[in-house]
Amino acid sequence: MRPASVAEFKAIAAATRQARESRREVRICCGTGCLANGAAGVAEAFAAELTARGLRTALNLHDKRTGCHGFCDRGPLVAIEPEGILYTRVKVADVAAICEQTLARGEILEPLLYRDPAGGRRIAYTREIPFYAGQRRVALRNIGRIDPTDLDDAVAHGAYAGLARALGGMSAEAVLDEIERAGLRGRGGAGFSTARKWRAARAAAGTRKYVLCNGDEGDPGAFKDRSLMEGDPHAVIEGMIVGAYAVGAREGVIYVRDEYPLAVVHLTRALEAARAAGLLGENILGSGFAFDLRISRGGGAFVCGESSALMRSLEGKVGEPRAKYVHATARGLFELPTVLNNVETWAHVGAILADGADVFAALGTARSRGTKAFSLVGKVKNTGLVELPMGTTLREIVFGIGGGILGDRPFKAVQTGGPSGGCLPAACLDLPVDYERLAEAGSMMGSGGMIVMDDRTCMVDVARYFLRFLAEESCGKCVPCREGLQQMLRLFDDLTAGVGTSATLGRIEALGRTMRLASLCELGRTAANPVLSTLRYFRDEYLAHIERRACPAGICRALTVYEIAAERCNGCQACLRACPAEAVTGARKGVHTIDPQRCIACGACYDACPSQAVRFRPRTEALTERRPA
Amino acid sequence: MIPTPQAASREPRAEAVRAAPTSPGTVVLCIDGRTVRARPGTSLLEAAGAAGIEIPTLCHHEGLEPYGGCRLCVVDVSREAWGEPRMVTACLYPAEEGLSVFTASERVLAVRREILELLLARCPESPPIRRLAREHGIVESGYRRNPEPTDCILCGLCTRLCDQLGPAAISLVGRGIGREVAPPFHEPPPDCIGCLACAAICPTGHIRFSVSDSGTTIWGRTFARLRCPTCGRSHLTAAEVDFWAARTQVARADLERCDACKRAVTAETIARLTAAG
Repeated sequence: MRPASVAEFKAIAAATRQARESRREVRICCGTGCLANGAAGVAEAFAAELTARGLRTALNLHDKRTGCHGFCDRGPLVAIEPEGILYTRVKVADVAAICEQTLARGEILEPLLYRDPAGGRRIAYTREIPFYAGQRRVALRNIGRIDPTDLDDAVAHGAYAGLARALGGMSAEAVLDEIERAGLRGRGGAGFSTARKWRAARAAAGTRKYVLCNGDEGDPGAFKDRSLMEGDPHAVIEGMIVGAYAVGAREGVIYVRDEYPLAVVHLTRALEAARAAGLLGENILGSGFAFDLRISRGGGAFVCGESSALMRSLEGKVGEPRAKYVHATARGLFELPTVLNNVETWAHVGAILADGADVFAALGTARSRGTKAFSLVGKVKNTGLVELPMGTTLREIVFGIGGGILGDRPFKAVQTGGPSGGCLPAACLDLPVDYERLAEAGSMMGSGGMIVMDDRTCMVDVARYFLRFLAEESCGKCVPCREGLQQMLRLFDDLTAGVGTSATLGRIEALGRTMRLASLCELGRTAANPVLSTLRYFRDEYLAHIERRACPAGICRALTVYEIAAERCNGCQACLRACPAEAVTGARKGVHTIDPQRCIACGACYDACPSQAVRFRPRTEALTERRPA
Repeated sequence: MIPTPQAASREPRAEAVRAAPTSPGTVVLCIDGRTVRARPGTSLLEAAGAAGIEIPTLCHHEGLEPYGGCRLCVVDVSREAWGEPRMVTACLYPAEEGLSVFTASERVLAVRREILELLLARCPESPPIRRLAREHGIVESGYRRNPEPTDCILCGLCTRLCDQLGPAAISLVGRGIGREVAPPFHEPPPDCIGCLACAAICPTGHIRFSVSDSGTTIWGRTFARLRCPTCGRSHLTAAEVDFWAARTQVARADLERCDACKRAVTAETIARLTAAG
């Protein structure tokens, strides 16, 4: 394919779509999650089986490896279209049966279907599974539907239709108006108006300008940008071409972390294919507009996701932030006007142009339009990649789409926004998720990580986890972030070791304030958010660590002892098998005991016990009891 | 020897700023209630300094690019249109028309004290840090003392100086708390010329060196010293002569002569020319 004009491109796209409409497809999820569960073997088995049975031509059938289907918890996933059947946890051994029964005879294989935990009903069709039913996919529109290494397949599913509309008669101003009318805001976390950013760069002096894509997603638990780059690289590329057209840039760079090897491979192949098709390079689609893109691989520093550090890294310098009293849209990469947007922001652009701003703007809330992708992880039943209209409540996400808490334990908190975000308690569950409401509640949208926590989570320990992450990832350039994080970590070490005092909390708050006010970049400015938000909503837990030397969740090892209640123990030995320290003793069907000298208070026995015989309580309490009167 | 940038005297410049009439080349702003004029592009730190308002800093030097690392020079800035004042670093924020700057508001002083407490915990034995902390009312840090006390505050003056004006023999390596000033691979730096500029610019005297007639020792290397061909005083290393001879057009013989003798030669020449009429 190498269309000479926009009209020719549209004709090719329509013809490709039509040619593929009638074919049946087996879409094997080869996102990173499913690959880890053996999806590559499943895909190979399908290829071999279909060839051996001659089913491809007989049934007009096509098997393909796609990006992430989203329902990572149930992988490897196989979708059969156009019926919309979803098979979960598919093994190589299942492939022959799928080919013979489902593909050849149209029968549904019950054991491979998703089983709804509420009621135990098996659900055959993707659209009826609660995890999918509540979603609305815009940025993720083609992930799981297309083969990310096949440009024709992407085009058949609407890729570059937005670009064709932009270059087929819209002025750069008209494109800017469209993005503004859509109300698109940055999906990287801060939520800055995309149209305003683009306009500023367009208005900036000079003819040489850059558009950049931030693919340095590094928040613990976040993978939506990864899935996008792996599963639909063309959506990112299309958005960047449109953005470059609107801004007046001829050059662009996708900064992607090298820890995402599949994303690098798929982006590289997509760029090559787009260039060969005349979608990149000189005279794109005969419009006279020229633009090209390259990939730059990051070296694995979290701070390089910060915009100024990312640009320094692209310049070949050490990836350290610098003060941003001048916007990148005026002086960014190589001191030239630069637009930097997140992967997901770019992925929205093509859809907005193709479907029109009104479709996008009709979704979401008054100030946060459209949809938002999240990586839903933690102690939730349905972990995976989801996209929802802005304004969906946390309750709907956690209990509707997420299916509730693992093991039906009590919900405790949901962490959003990664290390810059915060933990929101059950009282915030009815909060509609948008930029403003999350910020008001002391968290932030961030890059779309959503970590669900149950009652077995210590909020002091969670805050300490994020502090430790940031202390390692701080570049160390400025004092409040570098020294502040170290000291904050020490204060938290005190709390979890049971040596914190009432003065500790005051110190933590004062230091958090200094870090917020005085740090050089957003990493440092927001580093105290996990601390401040947990202090705001879970202060009693902090006080328990200080006043009673107790960890209410039984997580802080120095403060907790585990014991087995003899009257409840049935001698099943589950705890004995789970114990990594060989601290549990007891004969089968006899009462078990924990040797306090050996116990490392990891809680594995507690989580393993089916009859709630294992209990924990504060170490101080246990010590008082043991002491002779 | 690498010329160590000297702090420009503030007084004459202050006069120049005050005397400057309002013109398109001048911005007028308000610092601590005083009207201050400055050239556009001047930093708040320079503008305040020129007006005689001192803002503490540990990582800034007029001869080097501003850095914004120590954060001691934080100030509050505000405009009528903004709701709340914003805290910025004076070394990096440009003097802008109509800006109100507060260099010692309660909030600014509180943050500055916190930063000094953090630095004092890192460098509990450093006399300059102790002195600066004491000036801000801090005798001991409320934070836990660094288990491995150091005098290095990671201000990056030495590495920026060596990079921007010299052979870039040392740099900041590692990140977070593991960050340190070091030569490549922690080995004696092959590019070092023994000029000692890093030690001269260090605000806490952390960089150790020794000088004797036989040689200059720094960063684990010893450099042979040359004698001035005129007076015989040993005043620079052979590596310095090699470096500057390669980088500039100055003749080796001129580089080898010490500053005092260079001045004497120049003075003699001028005297001779004057006498000759």
